[in-house]
Amino acid sequence: MAILWNDIGGKFNPACSSDYLPVDQLRTLQLQRLRAVARRAYDRVKMYRKRMDEKSVTPDDIRSLDDITKLPFTVKIDLRDTYPFGLFACGINEVVRLHASSGTTGKPIVVAYTAEDIDVWTSVMVRTFAACGCGQGDIIQNAYGYGLFTGGLGAHYGAEALGATVIPISGGNTDRQIMVMKDFGVTAISCTPSYFIHLIERAGELGVDIRNLPIKAGIFGAEPWTEAMRKYIESAGNIKAYDIYGLSEIIGPGVASECSDQSGLHIFEDHFYPEIIDPETGDPLPDGTEGELVLTTLSKKAMPMIRYRTRDITSIIQEPCPCGRTIRKIRRIGRRTDDMFVIRGVNVFPSQIEEALLAVEGTLPHYQIVLTREKGLDRIDVQVEVSADVFSDEIRLMEDLRAKLARSIERMLNIRVDVRLVEPHTIERSMGKAKRIIDKRVI
Amino acid sequence: MKINQLSVFLENKPGQLSEPCRALAKAGINILTLSLADTQQFGIMRLIIRDWAKAKAVLEEAGSVVKITEVVAIEVEDHPGGLADILEAIEHGGFNIEYMYAFTFGREDKAVLVFRFDDPDPVIKMLQDNGISVINGVDLYEQGQ
Repeated sequence: MAILWNDIGGKFNPACSSDYLPVDQLRTLQLQRLRAVARRAYDRVKMYRKRMDEKSVTPDDIRSLDDITKLPFTVKIDLRDTYPFGLFACGINEVVRLHASSGTTGKPIVVAYTAEDIDVWTSVMVRTFAACGCGQGDIIQNAYGYGLFTGGLGAHYGAEALGATVIPISGGNTDRQIMVMKDFGVTAISCTPSYFIHLIERAGELGVDIRNLPIKAGIFGAEPWTEAMRKYIESAGNIKAYDIYGLSEIIGPGVASECSDQSGLHIFEDHFYPEIIDPETGDPLPDGTEGELVLTTLSKKAMPMIRYRTRDITSIIQEPCPCGRTIRKIRRIGRRTDDMFVIRGVNVFPSQIEEALLAVEGTLPHYQIVLTREKGLDRIDVQVEVSADVFSDEIRLMEDLRAKLARSIERMLNIRVDVRLVEPHTIERSMGKAKRIIDKRVI
Repeated sequence: MKINQLSVFLENKPGQLSEPCRALAKAGINILTLSLADTQQFGIMRLIIRDWAKAKAVLEEAGSVVKITEVVAIEVEDHPGGLADILEAIEHGGFNIEYMYAFTFGREDKAVLVFRFDDPDPVIKMLQDNGISVINGVDLYEQGQ
Protein backbone atom coordinates (compact mmCIF):
# COMPACT_ATOMS: atom_id res chain seq x y z
CA MET A 1 0.00 0.00 0.00
CA ALA A 2 1.49 3.28 -1.02
CA ILE A 3 1.05 5.99 1.54
CA LEU A 4 2.99 8.88 0.21
CA TRP A 5 2.84 11.57 2.86
CA ASN A 6 6.60 11.46 3.36
CA ASP A 7 7.14 12.08 -0.33
CA ILE A 8 5.91 15.63 -0.16
CA GLY A 9 7.18 16.53 3.26
CA GLY A 10 3.94 16.11 5.21
CA LYS A 11 4.25 14.58 8.66
CA PHE A 12 2.00 11.69 9.61
CA ASN A 13 -0.02 12.14 12.75
CA PRO A 14 -1.83 9.00 14.01
CA ALA A 15 -4.88 11.19 14.75
CA CYS A 16 -5.20 11.50 10.98
CA SER A 17 -5.50 7.75 10.26
CA SER A 18 -9.06 8.15 9.03
CA ASP A 19 -7.73 10.41 6.25
CA TYR A 20 -6.01 7.38 4.76
CA LEU A 21 -8.68 4.67 5.04
CA PRO A 22 -8.85 2.33 2.08
CA VAL A 23 -11.69 3.63 -0.09
CA ASP A 24 -13.91 0.55 0.18
CA GLN A 25 -13.61 0.63 3.98
CA LEU A 26 -14.42 4.33 3.96
CA ARG A 27 -17.56 3.75 1.85
CA THR A 28 -18.71 0.93 4.12
CA LEU A 29 -18.24 3.15 7.15
CA GLN A 30 -20.10 6.01 5.45
CA LEU A 31 -23.07 3.82 4.55
CA GLN A 32 -23.28 2.42 8.05
CA ARG A 33 -23.21 5.92 9.53
CA LEU A 34 -25.61 7.33 6.95
CA ARG A 35 -28.20 4.70 7.82
CA ALA A 36 -27.75 5.42 11.50
CA VAL A 37 -28.05 9.20 11.14
CA ALA A 38 -31.11 8.90 8.86
CA ARG A 39 -32.68 6.66 11.49
CA ARG A 40 -31.80 9.04 14.31
CA ALA A 41 -33.18 12.03 12.41
CA TYR A 42 -36.38 10.18 11.48
CA ASP A 43 -37.00 8.89 14.99
CA ARG A 44 -36.11 12.01 16.92
CA VAL A 45 -36.71 15.14 14.82
CA LYS A 46 -40.26 16.03 13.85
CA MET A 47 -39.27 18.01 10.75
CA TYR A 48 -37.16 15.20 9.29
CA ARG A 49 -39.87 12.62 9.93
CA LYS A 50 -42.48 14.81 8.24
CA ARG A 51 -40.23 15.46 5.25
CA MET A 52 -39.35 11.79 4.82
CA ASP A 53 -42.98 10.77 5.20
CA GLU A 54 -43.91 13.28 2.50
CA LYS A 55 -41.39 11.65 0.17
CA SER A 56 -42.56 8.20 1.28
CA VAL A 57 -39.05 7.27 2.26
CA THR A 58 -37.88 5.61 5.47
CA PRO A 59 -34.35 5.17 6.82
CA ASP A 60 -34.59 1.51 5.79
CA ASP A 61 -34.70 2.59 2.14
CA ILE A 62 -31.05 3.63 2.39
CA ARG A 63 -29.28 0.54 1.13
CA SER A 64 -26.41 2.17 -0.71
CA LEU A 65 -24.71 5.56 -0.56
CA ASP A 66 -26.45 6.53 -3.80
CA ASP A 67 -29.77 6.12 -1.99
CA ILE A 68 -28.95 9.33 -0.15
CA THR A 69 -30.68 11.17 -3.00
CA LYS A 70 -33.97 9.71 -1.77
CA LEU A 71 -33.68 11.84 1.37
CA PRO A 72 -35.10 15.37 1.48
CA PHE A 73 -32.87 18.46 1.48
CA THR A 74 -32.44 20.73 4.46
CA VAL A 75 -31.96 24.48 3.95
CA LYS A 76 -30.90 27.36 6.13
CA ILE A 77 -34.47 28.59 6.54
CA ASP A 78 -35.33 25.29 8.21
CA LEU A 79 -32.96 26.23 11.02
CA ARG A 80 -34.63 29.59 11.34
CA ASP A 81 -38.13 28.13 11.30
CA THR A 82 -37.27 25.69 14.06
CA TYR A 83 -35.44 28.32 16.16
CA PRO A 84 -34.04 27.76 18.66
CA PHE A 85 -34.09 24.02 19.53
CA GLY A 86 -36.50 22.47 17.01
CA LEU A 87 -33.93 20.37 15.14
CA PHE A 88 -32.33 18.80 18.18
CA ALA A 89 -32.21 15.02 18.14
CA CYS A 90 -31.56 14.78 21.85
CA GLY A 91 -32.71 16.36 25.07
CA ILE A 92 -31.07 19.54 26.28
CA ASN A 93 -29.57 17.50 29.14
CA GLU A 94 -27.29 15.82 26.59
CA VAL A 95 -26.27 19.10 24.95
CA VAL A 96 -22.98 20.41 26.31
CA ARG A 97 -22.52 23.40 24.01
CA LEU A 98 -24.57 25.84 21.95
CA HIS A 99 -23.22 28.12 19.25
CA ALA A 100 -25.09 30.57 17.05
CA SER A 101 -24.45 32.23 13.73
CA SER A 102 -26.13 35.09 11.93
CA GLY A 103 -29.40 34.12 10.32
CA THR A 104 -31.53 35.66 7.61
CA THR A 105 -33.85 37.69 9.78
CA GLY A 106 -31.94 38.94 12.76
CA LYS A 107 -32.66 35.77 14.71
CA PRO A 108 -29.50 33.72 14.84
CA ILE A 109 -29.22 30.11 13.84
CA VAL A 110 -28.54 27.87 16.83
CA VAL A 111 -26.37 24.78 16.67
CA ALA A 112 -25.88 22.23 19.41
CA TYR A 113 -23.27 19.68 20.39
CA THR A 114 -23.28 16.64 22.65
CA ALA A 115 -20.02 15.69 24.38
CA GLU A 116 -19.48 13.18 21.58
CA ASP A 117 -20.07 15.88 18.95
CA ILE A 118 -17.41 18.04 20.59
CA ASP A 119 -15.02 15.08 20.42
CA VAL A 120 -15.73 14.66 16.70
CA TRP A 121 -15.32 18.38 16.13
CA THR A 122 -12.04 18.35 18.03
CA SER A 123 -10.81 15.36 16.03
CA VAL A 124 -11.57 16.95 12.66
CA MET A 125 -9.83 20.15 13.78
CA VAL A 126 -6.81 18.08 14.86
CA ARG A 127 -6.81 16.57 11.37
CA THR A 128 -7.13 20.08 9.93
CA PHE A 129 -4.12 21.45 11.80
CA ALA A 130 -2.11 18.31 11.07
CA ALA A 131 -2.95 18.55 7.36
CA CYS A 132 -1.66 22.13 7.51
CA GLY A 133 1.67 20.86 8.84
CA CYS A 134 1.14 21.67 12.51
CA GLY A 135 1.80 19.41 15.48
CA GLN A 136 3.20 19.20 18.97
CA GLY A 137 5.80 21.89 19.55
CA ASP A 138 3.95 24.45 17.45
CA ILE A 139 2.80 27.69 19.03
CA ILE A 140 -0.56 28.51 17.47
CA GLN A 141 -2.03 31.98 17.69
CA ASN A 142 -5.78 31.51 17.38
CA ALA A 143 -7.13 34.81 16.11
CA TYR A 144 -10.58 33.54 15.14
CA GLY A 145 -13.24 35.20 17.26
CA TYR A 146 -14.14 33.37 20.48
CA GLY A 147 -17.77 33.33 21.48
CA LEU A 148 -20.97 32.30 19.75
CA PHE A 149 -19.07 32.12 16.45
CA THR A 150 -17.81 28.55 15.98
CA GLY A 151 -14.40 29.61 14.60
CA GLY A 152 -12.62 30.49 17.83
CA LEU A 153 -13.53 27.57 20.07
CA GLY A 154 -13.49 25.04 17.22
CA ALA A 155 -9.91 25.89 16.30
CA HIS A 156 -8.95 26.17 19.96
CA TYR A 157 -10.03 22.68 20.95
CA GLY A 158 -8.44 21.17 17.87
CA ALA A 159 -5.10 22.90 18.32
CA GLU A 160 -4.97 21.95 21.99
CA ALA A 161 -5.82 18.29 21.32
CA LEU A 162 -3.14 18.32 18.64
CA GLY A 163 -0.67 18.96 21.43
CA ALA A 164 0.29 22.42 20.23
CA THR A 165 0.61 25.46 22.47
CA VAL A 166 -2.49 27.56 21.92
CA ILE A 167 -2.68 31.32 22.35
CA PRO A 168 -6.41 32.10 22.61
CA ILE A 169 -6.00 35.71 21.54
CA SER A 170 -9.30 35.90 19.61
CA GLY A 171 -9.87 38.57 16.93
CA GLY A 172 -8.98 42.25 16.96
CA ASN A 173 -6.35 44.39 18.70
CA THR A 174 -3.94 44.12 15.80
CA ASP A 175 -0.94 45.72 17.51
CA ARG A 176 -1.14 43.25 20.38
CA GLN A 177 -1.44 40.37 17.89
CA ILE A 178 1.80 41.47 16.29
CA MET A 179 3.55 41.85 19.62
CA VAL A 180 2.45 38.36 20.71
CA MET A 181 3.41 36.82 17.38
CA LYS A 182 6.90 38.27 17.72
CA ASP A 183 7.52 37.86 21.45
CA PHE A 184 6.02 34.36 21.86
CA GLY A 185 7.71 32.96 18.76
CA VAL A 186 4.40 31.98 17.17
CA THR A 187 4.81 29.31 14.48
CA ALA A 188 1.25 29.20 13.09
CA ILE A 189 -1.81 31.42 13.08
CA SER A 190 -5.47 30.70 12.51
CA CYS A 191 -7.63 33.62 11.34
CA THR A 192 -9.40 34.93 8.25
CA PRO A 193 -7.04 35.49 5.30
CA SER A 194 -8.06 39.14 5.01
CA TYR A 195 -7.18 39.70 8.65
CA PHE A 196 -3.76 38.21 8.11
CA ILE A 197 -3.17 40.61 5.23
CA HIS A 198 -4.12 43.38 7.60
CA LEU A 199 -1.62 42.00 10.13
CA ILE A 200 1.15 41.97 7.52
CA GLU A 201 0.45 45.57 6.61
CA ARG A 202 0.13 46.82 10.16
CA ALA A 203 3.32 44.96 11.15
CA GLY A 204 5.11 46.78 8.34
CA GLU A 205 3.95 50.12 9.75
CA LEU A 206 5.28 49.08 13.16
CA GLY A 207 8.62 48.13 11.64
CA VAL A 208 8.07 44.38 12.07
CA ASP A 209 8.77 42.19 9.04
CA ILE A 210 6.68 39.04 9.45
CA ARG A 211 8.95 37.28 6.95
CA ASN A 212 11.71 37.26 9.56
CA LEU A 213 9.55 35.79 12.35
CA PRO A 214 9.35 32.03 13.13
CA ILE A 215 5.73 31.84 11.86
CA LYS A 216 5.51 29.27 9.05
CA ALA A 217 1.82 28.50 8.50
CA GLY A 218 -1.55 30.19 8.34
CA ILE A 219 -4.78 28.24 8.71
CA PHE A 220 -7.18 30.49 6.89
CA GLY A 221 -10.94 30.20 6.53
CA ALA A 222 -14.35 31.69 7.28
CA GLU A 223 -14.42 33.77 4.08
CA PRO A 224 -13.79 33.30 0.37
CA TRP A 225 -10.32 34.07 -0.93
CA THR A 226 -8.26 33.38 -4.02
CA GLU A 227 -4.97 32.04 -5.29
CA ALA A 228 -3.80 35.62 -5.83
CA MET A 229 -4.34 36.33 -2.14
CA ARG A 230 -2.52 33.14 -1.24
CA LYS A 231 0.47 34.15 -3.37
CA TYR A 232 0.57 37.56 -1.73
CA ILE A 233 0.29 36.16 1.81
CA GLU A 234 2.91 33.49 1.18
CA SER A 235 5.46 35.92 -0.19
CA ALA A 236 4.72 38.91 2.07
CA GLY A 237 4.53 36.70 5.17
CA ASN A 238 6.99 33.95 4.22
CA ILE A 239 4.49 31.32 5.38
CA LYS A 240 2.42 28.55 3.85
CA ALA A 241 -1.19 29.70 3.58
CA TYR A 242 -3.76 26.90 3.88
CA ASP A 243 -7.44 27.11 3.03
CA ILE A 244 -9.87 25.46 5.42
CA TYR A 245 -13.64 25.17 5.14
CA GLY A 246 -16.50 24.73 7.50
CA LEU A 247 -19.91 26.03 8.47
CA SER A 248 -21.74 26.18 11.77
CA GLU A 249 -24.75 24.25 10.51
CA ILE A 250 -22.52 21.25 9.83
CA ILE A 251 -20.09 21.57 12.75
CA GLY A 252 -18.07 24.79 12.41
CA PRO A 253 -14.52 24.82 11.05
CA GLY A 254 -13.19 21.34 10.35
CA VAL A 255 -15.40 20.22 7.47
CA ALA A 256 -12.55 20.30 4.95
CA SER A 257 -8.93 21.35 4.85
CA GLU A 258 -6.07 21.64 2.44
CA CYS A 259 -2.99 19.48 2.87
CA SER A 260 0.65 20.17 2.02
CA ASP A 261 -0.23 19.81 -1.68
CA GLN A 262 -2.57 22.85 -1.47
CA SER A 263 -4.59 21.63 -4.44
CA GLY A 264 -8.09 21.43 -3.01
CA LEU A 265 -9.64 20.79 0.38
CA HIS A 266 -9.95 17.26 1.73
CA ILE A 267 -13.44 16.72 3.11
CA PHE A 268 -13.44 14.72 6.33
CA GLU A 269 -15.98 12.54 4.64
CA ASP A 270 -16.03 9.86 7.29
CA HIS A 271 -18.08 12.48 9.21
CA PHE A 272 -19.47 14.77 6.50
CA TYR A 273 -20.81 13.16 3.35
CA PRO A 274 -20.48 15.44 0.32
CA GLU A 275 -22.71 15.62 -2.74
CA ILE A 276 -22.72 18.07 -5.60
CA ILE A 277 -26.12 19.00 -7.02
CA ASP A 278 -27.50 21.24 -9.71
CA PRO A 279 -28.71 24.21 -7.64
CA GLU A 280 -31.65 24.78 -10.02
CA THR A 281 -33.03 21.25 -10.26
CA GLY A 282 -31.57 19.61 -7.15
CA ASP A 283 -30.33 16.71 -9.28
CA PRO A 284 -27.06 15.04 -8.27
CA LEU A 285 -24.01 15.83 -10.40
CA PRO A 286 -21.04 13.53 -10.95
CA ASP A 287 -17.63 14.16 -9.35
CA GLY A 288 -15.69 16.74 -11.30
CA THR A 289 -18.78 18.78 -12.23
CA GLU A 290 -19.32 22.13 -10.62
CA GLY A 291 -22.48 22.63 -8.58
CA GLU A 292 -23.81 23.29 -5.11
CA LEU A 293 -22.19 21.45 -2.24
CA VAL A 294 -24.63 19.44 -0.11
CA LEU A 295 -23.43 17.93 3.16
CA THR A 296 -24.85 15.28 5.45
CA THR A 297 -23.45 14.90 8.95
CA LEU A 298 -22.75 11.20 9.39
CA SER A 299 -22.00 11.14 13.08
CA LYS A 300 -23.55 14.21 14.66
CA LYS A 301 -25.80 13.43 17.59
CA ALA A 302 -27.30 16.67 18.89
CA MET A 303 -28.25 18.17 15.56
CA PRO A 304 -27.93 15.89 12.55
CA MET A 305 -28.06 17.68 9.20
CA ILE A 306 -29.57 15.67 6.39
CA ARG A 307 -28.52 16.82 2.89
CA TYR A 308 -27.88 20.38 4.00
CA ARG A 309 -27.64 22.78 1.06
CA THR A 310 -24.57 24.92 1.72
CA ARG A 311 -25.15 27.25 -1.24
CA ASP A 312 -21.41 27.08 -1.83
CA ILE A 313 -20.39 26.33 -5.39
CA THR A 314 -17.56 23.84 -5.91
CA SER A 315 -16.78 20.47 -7.44
CA ILE A 316 -15.44 17.21 -6.05
CA ILE A 317 -11.93 16.26 -7.17
CA GLN A 318 -11.74 12.53 -7.70
CA GLU A 319 -8.08 12.20 -8.62
CA PRO A 320 -5.90 10.84 -5.83
CA CYS A 321 -3.92 13.43 -3.91
CA PRO A 322 -0.11 13.19 -3.78
CA CYS A 323 -0.39 13.47 0.03
CA GLY A 324 -1.82 9.97 0.15
CA ARG A 325 -5.12 10.87 1.77
CA THR A 326 -7.99 8.82 0.40
CA ILE A 327 -10.72 11.22 1.47
CA ARG A 328 -11.86 13.26 -1.52
CA LYS A 329 -11.15 16.92 -2.11
CA ILE A 330 -13.36 19.81 -3.11
CA ARG A 331 -12.15 22.78 -5.09
CA ARG A 332 -11.66 26.06 -3.30
CA ILE A 333 -15.02 27.78 -2.85
CA GLY A 334 -15.22 31.00 -4.79
CA ARG A 335 -18.88 31.85 -4.96
CA ARG A 336 -22.29 31.11 -3.57
CA THR A 337 -25.72 30.48 -4.99
CA ASP A 338 -27.45 33.29 -3.17
CA ASP A 339 -27.04 36.86 -2.12
CA MET A 340 -25.38 36.11 1.19
CA PHE A 341 -21.91 37.52 1.52
CA VAL A 342 -19.20 36.91 4.02
CA ILE A 343 -17.50 39.92 5.47
CA ARG A 344 -14.73 39.63 8.06
CA GLY A 345 -15.84 36.08 8.71
CA VAL A 346 -19.45 37.07 9.40
CA ASN A 347 -22.34 35.93 7.22
CA VAL A 348 -24.40 38.87 6.07
CA PHE A 349 -27.69 38.80 4.20
CA PRO A 350 -29.08 41.84 2.39
CA SER A 351 -32.34 41.09 4.20
CA GLN A 352 -30.65 41.91 7.50
CA ILE A 353 -29.61 45.29 6.17
CA GLU A 354 -33.13 45.81 4.82
CA GLU A 355 -34.56 45.11 8.23
CA ALA A 356 -32.20 47.62 9.83
CA LEU A 357 -33.09 50.33 7.28
CA LEU A 358 -36.78 49.61 7.68
CA ALA A 359 -36.52 50.00 11.44
CA VAL A 360 -35.26 53.57 11.04
CA GLU A 361 -37.26 54.85 8.09
CA GLY A 362 -40.53 52.97 8.41
CA THR A 363 -40.50 52.12 4.73
CA LEU A 364 -37.76 50.38 2.80
CA PRO A 365 -35.60 52.86 0.88
CA HIS A 366 -33.72 51.91 -2.26
CA TYR A 367 -30.29 50.88 -1.16
CA GLN A 368 -27.13 49.24 -2.38
CA ILE A 369 -24.33 47.48 -0.56
CA VAL A 370 -20.82 48.14 -1.83
CA LEU A 371 -18.07 45.88 -0.57
CA THR A 372 -14.46 46.96 -0.84
CA ARG A 373 -11.23 45.85 0.72
CA GLU A 374 -8.83 48.41 2.14
CA LYS A 375 -5.46 47.39 3.57
CA GLY A 376 -6.72 43.83 3.71
CA LEU A 377 -9.82 44.71 5.68
CA ASP A 378 -13.29 44.36 4.29
CA ARG A 379 -15.44 47.44 4.30
CA ILE A 380 -19.20 47.84 3.79
CA ASP A 381 -20.65 50.98 2.33
CA VAL A 382 -24.41 51.12 2.30
CA GLN A 383 -25.81 53.67 -0.12
CA VAL A 384 -29.33 54.77 0.72
CA GLU A 385 -31.50 56.84 -1.57
CA VAL A 386 -33.07 59.86 0.09
CA SER A 387 -36.84 59.87 -0.25
CA ALA A 388 -39.24 62.79 0.20
CA ASP A 389 -40.44 61.17 3.45
CA VAL A 390 -37.11 61.47 5.18
CA PHE A 391 -35.62 64.50 3.44
CA SER A 392 -35.12 67.58 5.57
CA ASP A 393 -33.79 71.00 4.62
CA GLU A 394 -31.62 70.91 7.73
CA ILE A 395 -28.14 69.42 7.46
CA ARG A 396 -28.19 68.42 11.11
CA LEU A 397 -31.30 66.25 10.69
CA MET A 398 -29.86 64.61 7.60
CA GLU A 399 -26.64 63.83 9.46
CA ASP A 400 -28.74 62.39 12.29
CA LEU A 401 -30.58 60.19 9.81
CA ARG A 402 -27.32 58.94 8.38
CA ALA A 403 -25.95 58.14 11.84
CA LYS A 404 -29.17 56.38 12.86
CA LEU A 405 -29.13 54.20 9.75
CA ALA A 406 -25.50 53.27 10.36
CA ARG A 407 -26.14 52.45 14.02
CA SER A 408 -29.16 50.34 13.18
CA ILE A 409 -27.16 48.27 10.66
CA GLU A 410 -24.21 47.98 13.02
CA ARG A 411 -26.45 46.68 15.78
CA MET A 412 -27.84 44.08 13.40
CA LEU A 413 -24.51 42.89 12.01
CA ASN A 414 -21.98 43.75 14.70
CA ILE A 415 -19.81 45.17 11.95
CA ARG A 416 -18.94 48.81 11.33
CA VAL A 417 -20.57 50.19 8.19
CA ASP A 418 -20.50 53.47 6.36
CA VAL A 419 -23.83 54.84 5.24
CA ARG A 420 -23.90 57.21 2.32
CA LEU A 421 -27.03 59.16 1.43
CA VAL A 422 -27.55 59.37 -2.31
CA GLU A 423 -30.00 61.12 -4.62
CA PRO A 424 -33.16 59.35 -5.74
CA HIS A 425 -32.86 57.08 -8.78
CA THR A 426 -29.07 56.96 -8.63
CA ILE A 427 -29.00 53.27 -7.73
CA GLU A 428 -29.14 51.28 -10.89
CA ARG A 429 -32.28 49.21 -11.40
CA SER A 430 -32.31 46.22 -13.62
CA MET A 431 -35.70 44.76 -14.53
CA GLY A 432 -37.22 47.16 -12.01
CA LYS A 433 -35.22 45.55 -9.24
CA ALA A 434 -32.14 47.16 -7.80
CA LYS A 435 -28.90 45.26 -7.75
CA ARG A 436 -28.32 45.00 -4.04
CA ILE A 437 -24.67 44.08 -3.79
CA ILE A 438 -21.64 45.39 -5.62
CA ASP A 439 -18.64 43.37 -4.54
CA LYS A 440 -15.52 45.30 -5.49
CA ARG A 441 -13.23 43.31 -3.23
CA VAL A 442 -10.18 42.12 -5.08
CA ILE A 443 -9.67 38.69 -3.61
CA MET B 1 -45.25 87.06 5.88
CA LYS B 2 -43.64 83.72 5.30
CA ILE B 3 -41.87 82.71 2.13
CA ASN B 4 -41.93 79.23 0.64
CA GLN B 5 -38.41 77.95 0.16
CA LEU B 6 -37.53 74.89 -1.90
CA SER B 7 -34.82 72.53 -0.66
CA VAL B 8 -33.21 69.98 -2.94
CA PHE B 9 -31.02 67.09 -1.84
CA LEU B 10 -27.71 66.82 -3.70
CA GLU B 11 -24.88 64.34 -3.53
CA ASN B 12 -21.56 66.02 -3.07
CA LYS B 13 -19.99 65.28 -6.44
CA PRO B 14 -19.21 67.18 -9.62
CA GLY B 15 -22.15 68.08 -11.82
CA GLN B 16 -24.85 67.49 -9.23
CA LEU B 17 -25.73 71.17 -8.96
CA SER B 18 -26.20 71.89 -12.64
CA GLU B 19 -28.88 69.26 -13.25
CA PRO B 20 -31.74 70.76 -11.21
CA CYS B 21 -30.74 74.26 -12.36
CA ARG B 22 -30.93 73.20 -15.98
CA ALA B 23 -34.34 71.65 -15.41
CA LEU B 24 -35.61 74.95 -14.00
CA ALA B 25 -34.06 76.93 -16.86
CA LYS B 26 -35.73 74.69 -19.43
CA ALA B 27 -39.08 75.35 -17.80
CA GLY B 28 -38.40 79.09 -17.94
CA ILE B 29 -38.28 79.43 -14.17
CA ASN B 30 -36.11 82.17 -12.72
CA ILE B 31 -34.27 81.63 -9.46
CA LEU B 32 -34.49 84.62 -7.14
CA THR B 33 -31.71 83.34 -4.93
CA LEU B 34 -29.92 80.16 -4.08
CA SER B 35 -27.94 79.01 -1.10
CA LEU B 36 -25.98 75.83 -0.51
CA ALA B 37 -25.20 73.94 2.65
CA ASP B 38 -23.00 70.92 2.44
CA THR B 39 -21.10 68.22 4.26
CA GLN B 40 -18.34 66.05 2.88
CA GLN B 41 -20.94 63.60 1.64
CA PHE B 42 -24.00 65.51 0.59
CA GLY B 43 -25.47 68.97 0.24
CA ILE B 44 -28.78 70.75 0.40
CA MET B 45 -29.60 73.45 -2.14
CA ARG B 46 -32.13 76.02 -0.95
CA LEU B 47 -33.99 78.08 -3.52
CA ILE B 48 -36.32 81.04 -3.42
CA ILE B 49 -38.50 81.01 -6.49
CA ARG B 50 -41.59 83.01 -7.28
CA ASP B 51 -43.53 80.14 -8.75
CA TRP B 52 -42.40 77.64 -6.16
CA ALA B 53 -45.20 75.16 -6.78
CA LYS B 54 -44.34 74.87 -10.47
CA ALA B 55 -40.63 74.68 -9.63
CA LYS B 56 -41.31 71.83 -7.23
CA ALA B 57 -43.18 69.91 -9.91
CA VAL B 58 -40.39 70.54 -12.44
CA LEU B 59 -37.66 69.44 -10.06
CA GLU B 60 -39.53 66.34 -8.99
CA GLU B 61 -40.15 65.50 -12.61
CA ALA B 62 -36.38 65.74 -13.11
CA GLY B 63 -35.90 63.18 -10.33
CA SER B 64 -34.94 65.43 -7.43
CA VAL B 65 -36.27 65.10 -3.92
CA VAL B 66 -37.76 68.46 -2.96
CA LYS B 67 -39.11 69.87 0.26
CA ILE B 68 -41.03 73.10 0.80
CA THR B 69 -40.36 74.94 4.03
CA GLU B 70 -41.52 78.32 5.30
CA VAL B 71 -38.77 80.83 5.89
CA VAL B 72 -38.76 84.42 7.09
CA ALA B 73 -37.23 87.17 4.91
CA ILE B 74 -36.08 90.42 6.51
CA GLU B 75 -34.87 93.51 4.76
CA VAL B 76 -31.87 95.32 6.22
CA GLU B 77 -29.88 98.36 5.34
CA ASP B 78 -26.72 97.19 3.62
CA HIS B 79 -24.30 98.71 6.13
CA PRO B 80 -22.20 97.53 9.11
CA GLY B 81 -24.34 96.49 12.06
CA GLY B 82 -27.50 95.85 10.04
CA LEU B 83 -27.39 92.15 10.69
CA ALA B 84 -26.17 92.40 14.29
CA ASP B 85 -29.25 94.38 15.39
CA ILE B 86 -31.62 91.76 14.05
CA LEU B 87 -29.68 88.83 15.49
CA GLU B 88 -29.71 90.59 18.83
CA ALA B 89 -33.49 90.91 18.75
CA ILE B 90 -33.88 87.22 17.88
CA GLU B 91 -31.48 86.24 20.62
CA HIS B 92 -33.33 88.37 23.16
CA GLY B 93 -36.57 86.71 22.17
CA GLY B 94 -34.97 83.33 22.94
CA PHE B 95 -35.46 82.00 19.40
CA ASN B 96 -33.17 79.48 17.81
CA ILE B 97 -32.08 79.99 14.19
CA GLU B 98 -31.84 76.69 12.34
CA TYR B 99 -29.90 78.38 9.54
CA MET B 100 -29.80 81.62 7.60
CA TYR B 101 -28.38 83.21 4.48
CA ALA B 102 -28.35 86.62 2.87
CA PHE B 103 -28.56 88.11 -0.60
CA THR B 104 -28.87 91.49 -2.28
CA PHE B 105 -30.70 92.52 -5.42
CA GLY B 106 -27.81 94.69 -6.47
CA ARG B 107 -29.81 97.77 -7.42
CA GLU B 108 -30.78 98.92 -3.98
CA ASP B 109 -28.90 99.75 -0.87
CA LYS B 110 -30.57 96.92 0.94
CA ALA B 111 -29.94 93.26 1.67
CA VAL B 112 -32.41 90.48 2.33
CA LEU B 113 -31.82 88.01 5.15
CA VAL B 114 -33.52 84.64 5.01
CA PHE B 115 -34.05 82.84 8.31
CA ARG B 116 -35.25 79.34 9.00
CA PHE B 117 -36.93 78.90 12.39
CA ASP B 118 -38.53 75.83 13.83
CA ASP B 119 -41.76 77.82 14.38
CA PRO B 120 -41.70 81.11 12.42
CA ASP B 121 -44.96 82.76 13.61
CA PRO B 122 -43.93 83.95 17.11
CA VAL B 123 -40.63 85.20 15.65
CA ILE B 124 -42.44 87.24 13.01
CA LYS B 125 -44.63 88.78 15.66
CA MET B 126 -41.64 89.66 17.82
CA LEU B 127 -39.78 91.18 14.86
CA GLN B 128 -42.75 93.31 13.90
CA ASP B 129 -43.19 94.41 17.52
CA ASN B 130 -39.58 95.57 17.38
CA GLY B 131 -40.20 97.50 14.17
CA ILE B 132 -38.15 95.18 11.99
CA SER B 133 -39.56 94.86 8.50
CA VAL B 134 -40.48 91.36 7.53
CA ILE B 135 -41.01 91.11 3.78
CA ASN B 136 -43.95 89.29 2.37
CA GLY B 137 -43.63 87.09 -0.66
CA VAL B 138 -45.15 89.49 -3.18
CA ASP B 139 -42.79 92.32 -2.24
CA LEU B 140 -39.80 90.02 -2.38
CA TYR B 141 -40.70 88.70 -5.79
CA GLU B 142 -41.52 92.23 -7.10
CA GLN B 143 -38.12 93.50 -6.02
CA GLY B 144 -36.49 90.54 -7.61
CA GLN B 145 -37.93 91.26 -11.07
